[in-house]
Parts: sequence; C-alpha cells; structure tokens
Amino acid sequence: MRDFFHIGKDTPRPDGPDKAAGKALYIHDLERPGMLYGKIKFSDFPHARIKHIDTSKAKNLPGVKAVITAHNMPEIRFGFIKDNLALKKDKVRQYRDEVAAVAAIDPDIAAEAIEQIQVEYEPLSGVFSPQKAMKESAPLVHETDPQGRPRSHNILPLKYHHESGDLEVGKHAAKHIVEGEFSTPLVQQCCMGTAGCIAEFDMNNNLTLWAKTQIPFLAQRDFNQALSDMGLKGKNTRIIVPALGGGFGSGLDTHAYEYIAILLAFQTGHPVKIVYNRREEFTNLSPRQSSQTRIVQGCDQEGKLTFRQVEVLQDNGAYTSWGATYPSVMLMPATSLYRVPHIMFDAKLVYTNNTYCQAMRGYGNPELTWALESNMDELAEEVGMDPLEFRMLNRNEPGDTTPMGLKISTCGLKECLETVAQKMDWKGGTKKGKNRGIGMASLIHVGGGARIYRSDASGVILKLDDFGNVYVFHGGVEMGQGLHAVLIQSVAEALGVQPDKVFINPTDTGTCPWDVGTHASRGAFMAGNATILAADKMRSKIFQLAEELFSAEVGKNLKKYMAKNPDYRPPEFDFAKASKRDQFDLREGNVIIKNAPPEPWLRLDLGRMLRAAHFRPQGRMLTVEAFFDPPNELPDNEKGFGNLSATYAFGTQGAEVEVDTESGEVKIIRMVAVHDVGKVLNPPGLKGQIYGALAQGIGYALYEELKLDKGKIQNPDFRDYKIPRTQEMNFPIDLEFIETNDSFGPFGAKGVAEPGLVPTAPAIANAIYNAVGVRIRDLPITPEKVLDALKNQKKSNIS
Amino acid sequence: MKKKITLTLNGSQIHVTADSHQSLLDVLRNSLRLTGTKEGCGEGECGACTVLIDSRAVNSCLYPAFEAGGKNVTTIEGVADKKNQLATIQQAFVDNGAIQCGFCTPGMIISAKALLDTHPNPTEAEIREALSGNLCRCTGYVQIVEAVKKAANRLRDKP
Ligand code: FES
Ligand code: FES
Repeated sequence: MRDFFHIGKDTPRPDGPDKAAGKALYIHDLERPGMLYGKIKFSDFPHARIKHIDTSKAKNLPGVKAVITAHNMPEIRFGFIKDNLALKKDKVRQYRDEVAAVAAIDPDIAAEAIEQIQVEYEPLSGVFSPQKAMKESAPLVHETDPQGRPRSHNILPLKYHHESGDLEVGKHAAKHIVEGEFSTPLVQQCCMGTAGCIAEFDMNNNLTLWAKTQIPFLAQRDFNQALSDMGLKGKNTRIIVPALGGGFGSGLDTHAYEYIAILLAFQTGHPVKIVYNRREEFTNLSPRQSSQTRIVQGCDQEGKLTFRQVEVLQDNGAYTSWGATYPSVMLMPATSLYRVPHIMFDAKLVYTNNTYCQAMRGYGNPELTWALESNMDELAEEVGMDPLEFRMLNRNEPGDTTPMGLKISTCGLKECLETVAQKMDWKGGTKKGKNRGIGMASLIHVGGGARIYRSDASGVILKLDDFGNVYVFHGGVEMGQGLHAVLIQSVAEALGVQPDKVFINPTDTGTCPWDVGTHASRGAFMAGNATILAADKMRSKIFQLAEELFSAEVGKNLKKYMAKNPDYRPPEFDFAKASKRDQFDLREGNVIIKNAPPEPWLRLDLGRMLRAAHFRPQGRMLTVEAFFDPPNELPDNEKGFGNLSATYAFGTQGAEVEVDTESGEVKIIRMVAVHDVGKVLNPPGLKGQIYGALAQGIGYALYEELKLDKGKIQNPDFRDYKIPRTQEMNFPIDLEFIETNDSFGPFGAKGVAEPGLVPTAPAIANAIYNAVGVRIRDLPITPEKVLDALKNQKKSNIS
Repeated sequence: MKKKITLTLNGSQIHVTADSHQSLLDVLRNSLRLTGTKEGCGEGECGACTVLIDSRAVNSCLYPAFEAGGKNVTTIEGVADKKNQLATIQQAFVDNGAIQCGFCTPGMIISAKALLDTHPNPTEAEIREALSGNLCRCTGYVQIVEAVKKAANRLRDKP
C-alpha cells in the first residue's frame, strides 16, 4: 500500500465557511425576479370521491395569479409504478392528496386562497392497516392499475422472493429453533431544511427547476415526461441543486409539489416557488415505511445456523415510490448477514389509505436487521451461547459468496465483533450490574454502489484553467454528508494537485455528467472511482504536453536560477532527454521527472505549463471526462438473486444501557460503533457520518414514530415527534474504523453513509434484555412498552 | 397594523416597517433579506432561527418583530469578524467537522456564542444545556459539542 498525500488526512469541507457564516443558499433562500408563491390544497379525507371543486372565490382574490385543479390541467402521472397523479381528479386516497393549488404574489395570499377553495367529497370507507387491506372484503385503494385494468385486491404488483438451499432440510438439521415477530414504525426523515423547489420556464418553454433532490438526472427524465404530458414534447428540464438542508432519502423520488410548481409556472409565465413549512413536511412528505417481520431461525447443536425464514409485510400507503424496492435491500441482510445455508425470504407490500412512503437512510436494512439481530440473541440464548460467540461462529468471511450471490470481497466483521467486545469488556455478555446490561448487533450493507436501476454509474468532468485550478463537475449531490470534501481529496490525490486548487461546481444537469443519484451510500465510492479514472486520463494529457514543453520551460528556470546563484553547479542530469511522457509525474501541482534530482528549478508549475500550451499557435486547453459503472448486478427481485453491490460494508455496534424499572425509561450509558469502512478517506467527515447515523438510530430505537389515526398524522411537529437533542445524545460514543482496503473501493474505501444506523436499535434491545430480561419487539422502545413488558414478566414469574 | 421600528442590527442602526403579526424571523428573512437565519419549524421547537437579542439567544420565529424595536439584534451575518473572516466559534465548527448540511449551523453558532460570551470556560453539561434547544439531524451533536469546547479554549488563549 502506497502512502497517500491527502487521503486519510483531515480535510475541511469546502462549503463549511459559507455555512458557518449563513451565506450558503438553500431553496428557502432563493428568489427569482417576478417569482410567485405556490401553495397546495390537500384532501380533507383519507378516502373519498371528489364531487366538485369550487375555486371561484380563490380566483377572485387580489394577488392570486392561478388556481389549478385536475380539471383545468393536463394529467401528469408519476411514481415508481406510475400510480400517482400530480393533481387528483376523481378520488383521494390519503389525507395528503393534492386536489388544487394556487400561485400568488405572496405566501399569505396563497395561504388565504387555499382556504377559499371548497371541495365537495363523498367519503368512502378506508383501510388503514396492511392486514385489513389484504382482506377480501377490503375497499380497494386503487380500483384500476395505471393502465386502467381493474384490480381485485390491495397487494402491490411487486414480487420479492428468494429461496436457496432447502428450507425443510435446514429445519430438519436444526437442534434449536426460535421464531419472532418484530415491527418498525413510520419514521420521518426530518431534514432540518424542509422540501421545496422553484420552477421557471424560459421563452423557449424549456424548464429550469431548482430542486431539493438526490436524483437530478432521474428527476430530469421524470420532468421531461411531464413536459411532454403538458404538450411540450421535446422540451427539456435543467435541474440545479442548491445547498440541501439534509436528504436522508427524501429526495429519491420526484414529488407532486414539484409537478404542481411546474404546472403553476407554465400557467402563469412566472417562476413559482413551493416550500413546505414544518407541519406540511410532517404531513405531506413521504416517511420511511413501517414493517412487520416474522423471522424463524434455527441452528445445530454447536450453534451453526442451519436455516432462516423471513416474511415481511409493508404498509405502502396510497401510492408507490422507489421506497417500494426496500425488500430488494432487505434481501441482503436476510440472505447474507452471517452464513446460512437454507433460506426463504418473502416480502409483500400493500396499499392502504395511509400516507404513502419513500426512502430513508438504510432503505429496508434497519427494518430487517432489527428483526434479524434481535432474533440472533434469542437463538443464542436458546442454545445457551454467548451472543458474541454465536455471532463469531456464524460470521461472514472474505471471499464468501452468499446465498443471494453477493460476492464478499473484503469483510471486517470478525474484527468489528472482536473490537466491540474488547471495548465493552464483554466477558461472555455478563450484565454490568443491577438493571444494567450490554448488547450488540452487526450489519452488512452495500458499500460499492447498489444497482437498483439499469445503470449504477457516475461521471466526473475535470477542467483545467490557465492557473492550474481544477474544476470538478460531478452529478452526485452534496446533502451535507461531505461528498465535496471527498471529491477534493480524491482529485488532489489522484491527479497530484493541492486541495485548494480544486473547485467543485454546483450540481446541475446542464453541466454535470449523468449520475444515477446519491443514495445507497454510493456517493464517495462512485465519485472517488470516477475521479481516479478521470485523473488518469488528465495525467496522460498533461504528460503529453510536458513532452513538448517541459524541457524548454525548465531550461528557462535553470537560467534564472543560475543568474541568482552564480556558484551553483547543476547536477549531471539530461532533463531534455528524460522529458518523456512516461517519465513524468505530477506532485502537488508541479510537473516533475521521476527520479530526477530534487533541484528547485527542475519542476514546472502546472499553471505555467498550461499557459504555455494555451497561448501559442494552435493552443490547447485540457478537459477530460470519465464515467464509472461499478461491477455489480441488477438483482432479479422475483428470484432474489444478484450481486447488488461491488463490495459490502460490515459493522458491529454495542450498547450499554440502564433500565429504570419504575418508569420504564432506558438510559444509554454508552455506545460503541466499529465499522469496516474499507479505508478512511476524510476522518472528520467519516466520523460525522457515523455519529449522525447513530443518532438517527437512537431516535429509531427509542423515540421516533409518526402516529396515524385512520390515516391522519397525529404528531406533525417536533413537540410530539421527538428526534434526539443534545440531551438525549448525552453519552459517550466510542468509534473505531476497521480498514480492509477493498480493491474495488477508491483508495480502498467502501460506502458508509448508512451503516451507522442499521444495527443501533437491535443492539439497544439486546442490551435491555440483558439488563432486565424483557424482549421488546416493536420499535420505538418507549417507557410504556418496557413497563408493560416488565409487568408481564412479573406475572409470568408468579404463575 | 404596520409600524416603523428602529433597532440595532449587527452593529448598525436600521429602520424597517413591520406588521403586527410578523415575527422577527420573517422581517429578517423576507423584509431585510438576511437569509442566514433559518426557519426549521416556525414554532419555537428547533432553534434554527436563533438570534441574539441584547446578548440573549432567542428563537426569532416566536419573537414579535415589534418587540425588537430599540433592541440590539445580532444574526449570524453579524458574527464573523471584519474582512470576511470567520469568528473563532465559526472557525471551530468548520475545523471540527461540526457542519454537515449546515441548516442548523447558524442557530447553533448563535447559541454557542451566547454561552461563550458569558461562560468562557463552560463544562460539557453547560454546552449541552445551551444547545438543547437547537435540533440537528445530521451530526449527532458530538463534533458540535467538541467544536464549542475548542472554541472556548482558543478564545481563552487569545490575548
Ligand atoms: S424556526 Fe424558530 S425554533 Fe424552529
Ligand atoms: S448539520 Fe444538518 S441539521 Fe445540523
């Protein structure tokens, strides 16, 4: 392994100073000349027919420029299976359905206009749980499919199934079998910067959209389709991504509010901005799906897993986003966390009249790992084994190909388990005192992209100017995770320039190369790999120029140097002869000859060489592009096979908790997080990713739940929807990174943006069990649930 | 009801017309176009809108604009030292990886400044208490708390 100049060193993020000064511009801060404010009228019912919409009063309000409904607008269909409409025409299927929208000269008038719109409904009975929605007599959320064919049930037409080995054989071989049912709630991404966009048409009817998105290029495709639906076939959308106040999966789909802003902008001829306030964000932005998982696992006498059976039921809500592909990610831990020879996995998604769901960090993995790692502890207890030993015995190893075909290139799971145990002073998992316990849980996650689309690629363009500056154009999105700092490091390292000469351009579909989106922990992995390819190309172009220009320029250097240092004797070195393209190197912005004496004049500033190349007859300037599509496979979801990612991240977290048996309160004493990251690229950035994800894991474990009553969200604010504050996070977090130097990773690194929250909840639940002997199966682990469980425990002890 | 109010904003006296229903946040962001102060909830629950009013950290989304009349208001735009240079507390956030999406950052920095202006040597508990009204979804607060500690050290070392 060679030494790095920049990789692994603390690199401050380029947007840090502006963010610290309040100068970064988020969608909320942007304004366009003549801009109007859009506002949406949402449904008053979870399921109803729309009889009539009266917009006359709203239209007549001074300052209102447009009022739109499905009746005066072209139909725009969108969503993962195109079952959603930008404006609803005949029926509403959830409280947040968009029935009308206005554009007005200021937000207050827009809000007033919305109040003036009257909608007459014929309420229909709704279904609010997947179980009820699957009953034969259940009302249909969608009477027809997007093609207009009648539907007979509420189950989504998406199949996720996997069978490998022979389940019966596995069951037969099992000495111990443990079954459990687990559930996870609806959870909101809670980006501190709410969702919003600005839509603006130019006089050629091409659209510019400033969007809070993680998928600018897939969004471009969706919006161009919308333009076509609006009679603007052949017109184009340019998407510009401003500073994002967080993403966490909320930007992985296009949203009705964006289509509505586009319709309003086209209707009025003005730029139109729609930004959600916090309540709108809680009620109208798709949360993480809830899930119910039944898991059965068995092992032989020694504790080796013989089979695993997993069935998942998910409440999809009323429409379908990309989040409906969660099971394709659940399949990964279900088949591949620990070695299991016989496996069955099945997942169903069901329409209900609840809010429809979308992606959130971890994308199905925290849901599945919650069940899996809780059940692992239950099985270990059944066998009478230390949960650590049990995991060690069944752990994955480098070189494994898992039952679904994941090719494990490197795997630090063993080191992760050992390090957590050592840091926690594990000692066979003995509890730490009265009501004080320890627990652990591990994870596997995609670390080398994740092919969920036909292309899993990312591009990078590098453009050099006359001063040796490097401009980087990359289609991935900086949401706060630190992508741009890693891009700077990667360019500096791979090209051989100083980090302060590297500038990252804003993400813009008009200038940046295509990228499938910033999700699945793929940002740094993809950007790094594409950068390495681009830098290689750039270096050979630079060295080609150097072959022409180097010796003349350093000749001038030498003359100047000798003039200044009359006694200087240059070493015996024929630099003209050595000026061959394969002899050059670029280091910290200077072209040098490898193995040349270290004379100060014998190096050529890159900027100077580029000027010499530019300002001459038939001059040239240098720009290169590279496109990287990782070696992974689009899985066959119906069969449940395919090497989703080029490499996989592993990790283990340990929790020490104290349970107050009077109040049911769980106090976290400390957390240990040890992650196989391949290679640490930017230490502060990486720590921030794990700390931040872990905090979301704490919220998921203990506090967060979007509560619904017949489809209506009951806690749409931070008072009633608790996310961790400084006080809830007031415990030490001991982080350690295992470097497995993966050959697929850029500089050895794996993607690690999501793993930090995947095992947190089961580690805590296992610690609670260790502390007081109660097993909580439904997240979040509230004091009420703990108290209930303690009471039941007492009862069963007495009887 | 509209009224002209006079206040000291980031060191300069200004006049601005505000409506009785307007919050200070609304006036800062929309009338004065000082967009560094953020709105995360508009209901006093997130701290993204924190500003200093006469040295006290206040949620400007709940603060009636009229009340700001005659007061001394500091927003994030007024924290940096002269000549485009970050103040010590801001620089500590940048250096310590305390910023991710940055949406909570202006409010965090104002709350931290309010603490350090009065407690040059705060304990971790005091720092956590001072920041307890500021929500951050990205960082888990670890590097933010560290940044405040470091800023306190640097400020004390300053002559
Ligand atoms: S915006 Fe003022 S506290 Fe959230
Ligand atoms: S850095 Fe994103 S909310 Fe704090």
